[in-house]
Amino acid sequence: MAVPPALITLLIGVVLTLAGLWVGHNVNLLPVEASSNAPVYDDLFVVLFSIGTILFLGITGLIVYSLVRFRRRTGDTGDGLAIEGNLPLEIVWTAIPAVVVLFVGIYSYDIYERMGGMASLHDHGAMAPMVEQVSVQSSGQDERIWGGIGRSGDGGAVLPVDVTAMQFAFIFHYPGAEITSGELHVPLGQSVELHMEARDVIHAFWVPQFRLKQDVIPGQPTVLTFTPTRAGSYPIVCAELCGPYHGGMRSTVVVHEPEAFEAWLQSNRPATVAAAPGHPTG
Amino acid sequence: MTVANPLELEPGLQPQGWLRYLSFSLDHKVIGIQYLVCGFLFYLVGGALAGVIRTELASPMSDFVGRDTYNEVLTLHGTIMIFLWIVPVVNGAFGNYLIPFYVGARDMAFPRLNAVAFWLIPPAGLLLISSYFLAGAASQSGWTAYPPLSLTTPAAGQIVWILSVLLLGGSSIFGGINFIATVLKLRRPGLKLMQLPMFCWAMLGTSILVVLATPVLAGTLVMLSFDIIAHTGFFNPSLGGNVVVYQHLFWFYSHPAVYIMVLPAFGLVSEILPVHARKPLFGYTTMVYSIMAIVVLGLVVWAHHMFTSGTPPWMRLFFTIATSFIAVPTGIKFFNWLATLWGGKIALNSAVLFSCAFIFNFVFGGITGVALAQVPFDIHVHDTYFVVGHFHYIVYGGSVFVIFASLYHWYPKFTGRLLNEDLGRLHFVLTFIGFNLCFAPQHWLGLNGMPRRVAEYDPAFTTWNQVSSVGALLMAISTLPLLINVVVTAFRGPVAGDNPWNALTPEWLTSSPPPVENWIGEAPLVTEPYGYGEHPGGFDLDRISGRDLWSSGKS
Amino acid sequence: MDTSLQPVTTAQPASEEHGHPDFRLFGLATFLVADGMTFAGFFAAYLTFRAVNPLPEGAIYELELLLPTINTVLLLVSSFTFHRAGTACRSGRMQTSRRWLLLSIALGIAFLAGQMVEYFSLPFGLTDNLFASTFYALTGFHGLHVTLGVICILIVWFQARPGGSISQDSHFGLEAAELYWHFVDGIWVILYGILYLL
Ligand code: HEA
Ligand code: HEA
Ligand code: CUA
Ligand SMILES: [Cu+2]
Repeated sequence: MAVPPALITLLIGVVLTLAGLWVGHNVNLLPVEASSNAPVYDDLFVVLFSIGTILFLGITGLIVYSLVRFRRRTGDTGDGLAIEGNLPLEIVWTAIPAVVVLFVGIYSYDIYERMGGMASLHDHGAMAPMVEQVSVQSSGQDERIWGGIGRSGDGGAVLPVDVTAMQFAFIFHYPGAEITSGELHVPLGQSVELHMEARDVIHAFWVPQFRLKQDVIPGQPTVLTFTPTRAGSYPIVCAELCGPYHGGMRSTVVVHEPEAFEAWLQSNRPATVAAAPGHPTG
Repeated sequence: MTVANPLELEPGLQPQGWLRYLSFSLDHKVIGIQYLVCGFLFYLVGGALAGVIRTELASPMSDFVGRDTYNEVLTLHGTIMIFLWIVPVVNGAFGNYLIPFYVGARDMAFPRLNAVAFWLIPPAGLLLISSYFLAGAASQSGWTAYPPLSLTTPAAGQIVWILSVLLLGGSSIFGGINFIATVLKLRRPGLKLMQLPMFCWAMLGTSILVVLATPVLAGTLVMLSFDIIAHTGFFNPSLGGNVVVYQHLFWFYSHPAVYIMVLPAFGLVSEILPVHARKPLFGYTTMVYSIMAIVVLGLVVWAHHMFTSGTPPWMRLFFTIATSFIAVPTGIKFFNWLATLWGGKIALNSAVLFSCAFIFNFVFGGITGVALAQVPFDIHVHDTYFVVGHFHYIVYGGSVFVIFASLYHWYPKFTGRLLNEDLGRLHFVLTFIGFNLCFAPQHWLGLNGMPRRVAEYDPAFTTWNQVSSVGALLMAISTLPLLINVVVTAFRGPVAGDNPWNALTPEWLTSSPPPVENWIGEAPLVTEPYGYGEHPGGFDLDRISGRDLWSSGKS
Repeated sequence: MDTSLQPVTTAQPASEEHGHPDFRLFGLATFLVADGMTFAGFFAAYLTFRAVNPLPEGAIYELELLLPTINTVLLLVSSFTFHRAGTACRSGRMQTSRRWLLLSIALGIAFLAGQMVEYFSLPFGLTDNLFASTFYALTGFHGLHVTLGVICILIVWFQARPGGSISQDSHFGLEAAELYWHFVDGIWVILYGILYLL
């Protein structure tokens, strides 16, 4: 019974695609989503995972099939067919990856835009386009703000937090409330703007559940914004080798319900400065 | 023109027998073996260090070695594996042994330079390793040596590290110059460029990368050492310096370096597969162009290692697209290999098994690589075990698997004896299982929050780390059958004959092992190194093959 | 085909000069490409520093133009004199060639002297600021090349003596030194443009 090869190819292609899509959508390798940018990230992940699975299964299948089907039987000393190439075929397998890669590139650009990575951070008064010079009061001299990523969403209230990274801890300072803490506390659903600075060597601020990471480089104050969307405690991990205790440089970010966050602010606000809350500049 | 002047031969002055492998020999074959054995010894050291890493990580606490020691160990591991194992072996060992045969020459273009390049390696390696014992502290800042960390860790160790990498870089540049001159200038009369075996093209591409990229690393490391010794402030933010510039310069070398590690491996696979599948290499011309495309693209993608370093958005976008496009020429090569296997008569020996496993591993690592190239994806997994997983799939699953494949394929050439196939397959199975067990779980670890370069971690990750450590143990065990095989065979293995695989590439058209000047008499002119295969008369070959392949070519 | 399995016991292959045509100039040219990339790295670093890192307040980074301009001229002339030396040698006028070589050496040394004068008259030191450091690194690395070049020309000059190893028929050393010297010269022109004029 002769089934046309083209049909078989088509069938295998369809099965592969379905398998890839199924795997992409049903195998979850990521931790929970806890920021507005995590679902966007996970969309990209599903696409990449599906495409990757299709390619990988297809190629693996091809090798295994070839090794079994075309293995040399004992006693056979002949050669295979002298096929030196096939231009149309080669064009096809140049074109397919090119299209896939172009699609992935454009798609991830879109994702990146949605995550706020391409934003010039114009929205907030004190911030200028990335890599443009800006005066920052804190140290009295000109400093450069390097853009981080993230977005402040709806233009609602923004909670600024100063982050100082040093060997081997993150220190969080709430300019409005004059609170200094070793843990980051943030309210659910509100955009948070981290103003990060490093004291000694490079560190990196990473919250896996937020799908966000930004190097904190000495001499280059960096801004990172995000909006937490799920209450709970999540680890803050230093992701850049910074010395012997790099592995121990961990902290926690606690995402509170808004009321609980207010309560936390109240209970931690130093009584002495409560009278004159600084204006949250940035 | 290529005939040696007999007066130049100086019998008696050069050591004979095995002693010549310890001498300043000018014979490219001796130098090739020197590279191979020396590299393998360093591999054992680097592997032992990996053993320390995996033992430490078998439990979430920092309990096996001190935290400083852990950082020293991982720095030494990365540096040794890259600069003393993969680069010298895929370039130095196989390049030196094979290239003169392939171009029909009796030696490399600059034999003396060649020997110098090799003899830079053992002292540099010993220097590096000794820094652990002598200077009291080896470098602790990772193989990337990012300042300002590398400016604040113990200076002696860092300086020794820089010195040794400079020496190794110099060796690599000398090698590269030699390969370029040999391939372009030393070809036997009548041999055209497009008739060369694919490995020559791979080495040409690699050498171009070496010559263009390595000097930048050298300059950068000199600047870094100034910062350490003379207290200049190039990369020291507290003195007004800029650390990101270091990262750009470092990766301008170190990204091409990954192709320096893998392009020769691609070339070797292109030699091995056609012989054992008894078919011509599929798509010779596109293979050549894709190598050159990888060379060009490889030079303009470096910033994909710096997506979280505060690079401007346009830069991230550019580097994402450029990096992703490397998948296209690389893909061409992989599909061509698959087409080479298709319809062949494949001998399922160790060389082929390792080569096919290489395809499997590399495609996996390449796909995670393309994922990493996407800025938003990378932001989450940068500097995590996902990246560790990615590159071990490529450097180990790619380059090291190919080195093993090549060993099984060319061992009879080196020694005249055939390696034992049963031990070979055992080696393969253990390595393949151990490798995947070790590095596949690391992708999950990275995605879920385990950063790299840590001696302690969240206890939630214990199970998969232990699986990974078991895999590493299996890999260590898998070295045993290989070592036994190589040593025992050298003395009592079955005699292979000159051309055990019935291969057509020029190195097999002489005795095994070959005489000093490669051929007794004139070098053969091989214009069709892949002329395998039967030409059945009367068929419309193109049609048949096209259809035949087409029915599988999709995916 | 010879199928013996005898281990090979003959000695070394012939040295490179005799086994095949001489590719040493090609090799040198390749090496110079590599060397040029080292400079390119330094230049890139300097340009990035300039684009991104402002000169801190109170830091001095001022360059005079006169001396380096004279130096540029000296070096350019030396390239010309070396070229004349090469032409003379190839046409067999070894005495003339040696005289041109001497002149090139003198110019090279004058350049180095000028460089020294500049170093000592500059208002900043190696570690004063980022630009000072980069300035010294770049000019110093180049100066090292010039020094090496002067030594090479001296050797060539010596070898070109009557009865020496360099003659009309065998002048690899001279050509290599010439190629190298032109390269060092070219780098200086770029360096002058980037460091002093920009
Ligand atoms: C031999 C070494 C080697 C090779 C060949 C590669 C190849 C690739 N690498 Fe990898 N890489 C490393 C070694 C290597 N890498 C190392 C050592 C690091 C870490 C350094 C450190 O920080 O210490 C690293 C890190 C690294 C990063 C940075 C991650 C981070 O730190 O955040 C990125 C990001 O883009 C990346 C991408 C790629 C890509 C896109 C390829 C591509 O070349 C892969 C192309 C291949 C394929 C895609 C498979 C075959 C193609 C097909 C079958 C066609 C169809 C495919 C598609 C359409 C997708 N690599
Ligand atoms: C280039 C090649 C290469 C190769 C082949 C390997 C091989 C291996 N690597 Fe490595 N690795 C790197 C390059 C390589 N690696 C680099 C560049 C880094 C980054 C470093 C950095 O962050 O700066 C890294 C980092 C790295 C890490 C991350 C460390 C960290 O971030 O904290 C880990 C962890 O599992 C690891 C594991 C392994 C293992 C288990 C192997 C195994 O495959 C090894 C298998 C081999 C053996 C087991 C040898 C067996 C022999 C013996 C045991 C006998 C010994 C006897 C004597 C010496 C007498 N490697
Ligand atoms: Cu801070 Cu790692
Ligand atoms: Cu890279």
